[in-house]
Amino acid sequence: MSTFVYMTRCDGCGHCVDICPSDIMHIDKTIRRAVNIEPNFCWECYSCVKACPQQAIDVRGYADFAPMGHKVRVLREEKKGTISWKIKFRNGTVKDFVSPITTKPWGKHIPKLAEADSPNQGDMQSQILYNEPHGLNTEKDLPAINKSSFKKGVYY
Amino acid sequence: MPKNKTVFEDCDILVVGGGMAGTGATFESRYWGRDLKIICVEKANIDRSGAVAQGLYAINCYMGMQWGENMPEDHVRYARNDLMGLVREDLGYDMARHVDSTVHMFDEWGLPMMRNKETGRYQREGKWQIMIHGESYKPIVAEAAKKSANKIYNRIMITHLLKDESNPNRIAGAVGFNMRTGDYHVFKAKAVIVAAGGASHIFKPRAVGEGMGRTWYAPWSNGSAYALPIAAGAKMTQMENRIVLCRFKDGYGPVGAYFLHLKTYTQNANGENYEKKWYEHTKKMVGEYIDHHPTPTCLRNHAFIQEVAAGGGPIHMVTKEAFQDPHLETVGWENFLGMTVGQAVVWASQNIDPKYTNPELTTSEPYVMGSHATCSGAWVSGPEDIAPDDYYWGYNRMTTIEGLFGAGDTVGGSAHKFSSGSFTEGRLAAKAAVKYITDKKANDIKVSDTQYENLREAIYKPLENYQVGRNEITAGTVSPSYLSPIQGLQRLQKIMDEYCGGLTNNYMTNGNLLNKGLEQLSILQEDLEHVGAEDYHQLMRAWELKHRALTSQCVTEHTLFRKETRWPGYYYRGDHMNLDDENWHCLTVSQRDPETGKFTMEKKPVYHIVDEEKKKTA
Repeated sequence: MSTFVYMTRCDGCGHCVDICPSDIMHIDKTIRRAVNIEPNFCWECYSCVKACPQQAIDVRGYADFAPMGHKVRVLREEKKGTISWKIKFRNGTVKDFVSPITTKPWGKHIPKLAEADSPNQGDMQSQILYNEPHGLNTEKDLPAINKSSFKKGVYY
Repeated sequence: MPKNKTVFEDCDILVVGGGMAGTGATFESRYWGRDLKIICVEKANIDRSGAVAQGLYAINCYMGMQWGENMPEDHVRYARNDLMGLVREDLGYDMARHVDSTVHMFDEWGLPMMRNKETGRYQREGKWQIMIHGESYKPIVAEAAKKSANKIYNRIMITHLLKDESNPNRIAGAVGFNMRTGDYHVFKAKAVIVAAGGASHIFKPRAVGEGMGRTWYAPWSNGSAYALPIAAGAKMTQMENRIVLCRFKDGYGPVGAYFLHLKTYTQNANGENYEKKWYEHTKKMVGEYIDHHPTPTCLRNHAFIQEVAAGGGPIHMVTKEAFQDPHLETVGWENFLGMTVGQAVVWASQNIDPKYTNPELTTSEPYVMGSHATCSGAWVSGPEDIAPDDYYWGYNRMTTIEGLFGAGDTVGGSAHKFSSGSFTEGRLAAKAAVKYITDKKANDIKVSDTQYENLREAIYKPLENYQVGRNEITAGTVSPSYLSPIQGLQRLQKIMDEYCGGLTNNYMTNGNLLNKGLEQLSILQEDLEHVGAEDYHQLMRAWELKHRALTSQCVTEHTLFRKETRWPGYYYRGDHMNLDDENWHCLTVSQRDPETGKFTMEKKPVYHIVDEEKKKTA
């Protein structure tokens, strides 16, 4: 599939331009609306579709192998923490799916490490990373293996 | 001289690429380097960039040490078995011992983990995989990186690394351009962590029309993970170890959950288990490796490829049984919606409802990357406490260039990292980079104006090529003076496809073909001096192509060097059709001379973790 933009819905806000990982959503200077400038570099990742506040972007399966008459629509609702999908087959079959996208309020549970307790000098020399070994939940030290366990050769 | 504005940034740690590895590196750098200036630079927008841009439905690397499920050495055994004996076991062990703490953070940060209702543990998909609702995986890790970095630069393509002029084997930063403003960006840095993407689109893909973007690996993964260190003269390893994926036809939708969780299975057009048919044939090529459990990924591909070549196709995934269970049906669909929406579109368009139709599978074009069931990448130092001497030179995940670190696809030898392991490897590289700086290894770095002004000239040259050449012709795409990026890309793909073991010859190559391929690649490199870019977007495509072309040269040199067929199902050396442990149970390492562009090749030993009790019986 590749993305395309509905003329009557797009208001040229540029959210899709900002998010597209392939840099293929651009604003057309004449019509002042978004357009997929390189459909053959589209991964159909739906990042632009999800980001569009007007639901102006849709997808039509790649011309070289996807017959017409299908739809896969999505609504990503950050506040509700869900993503909803509607799949419509060429023959009219419809399937709906809803999944969670997060379990916590956005931005509240990811630490700002500049404000975390400073690591001590010993930790810098050790093999542990941030929040280890505690974060392994094993109540043990970080595993290590004796260097002499590594043998050169074919057999193991 | 291009007139674009120059933007300077002096920093301590520069992270190139903000995917899973890059966000991990950026996050962890701040913990150890409180007062350091940490910059992350990304070609797209880190909220949706890299291979995990559209999400993931599983985390494929989790030990579960807290429940005694697996230990790091178990993962080493698994990865080396899957890669036919050849991995860097020190790097694999190191990644595996830390990966659980990474996954536990993701859980705390809000990534929805599925849980087994009876045990309360993470829901296993297979021995190593756990299932998630990972649509927002990337925005979540991006937030962690944003909170740690001094600044994140989006929409800048890094084209070259800067070298120290007082020590030619030391890194000094990187340069690139902003594809929106056209500004030239010079990042001077004490340490650089390359966390860029592996390479899609170096081999001709199955779909060459509008659908060429539906590659298995993201089309924006353009091999910068390799081209940046290769061009700087860093040693690379196992670059011949490209990967071919067995996936659902056309959409390349993932099969992991189908095999492992839904317990679906494959059969040929006549409803037969074709894998058994090719056992003796495969045994003649690889010996006892075919008896290993689980069967290495490449060998399963091999049976698939042989069966299709023998006329047994199409190969189907038998889904009709599993999909009668509504829960499993939901998992089957959500699995695509969470990470490969395109497969759902293909099935909707072709009226394939796996409840009533067993969908077709296919084998993909080859890809070069370092984080999945393959391990191409830079030759890096292992961790101090476990790495054998041959694998250790001071700082974990540091390449053979001082101060140049790698993580994710960039690091060679550490297979089966996937998303969680790549983030973890970024964390490991970050801590080592901080240590490198605090050990005062990065003092007195010298970068002259000449170095970055010369690079500026080279970077913007495709714009000039176009401008001059375009005036010669009336209209259209045919010019005697320049090639467009897509024209150059298609030529690269055709060379790699026909000479280096692509789809057209059923993944077959040989010494003669590879030598011819190298010749063609070197002529292509000359012509890429004449690539023409109409605008900054095309300038990005031009540099993506240049990175892909350099990566391809390295891949072809490695493929020529290894005179055996180590991974049937990934590629075949027709002149050396058998696995040859006597001569090739080793890692291949290359180095490109930045002055002459010539590659030199060498063998490096493989070290295996050998258990005491096994050694006695061996």
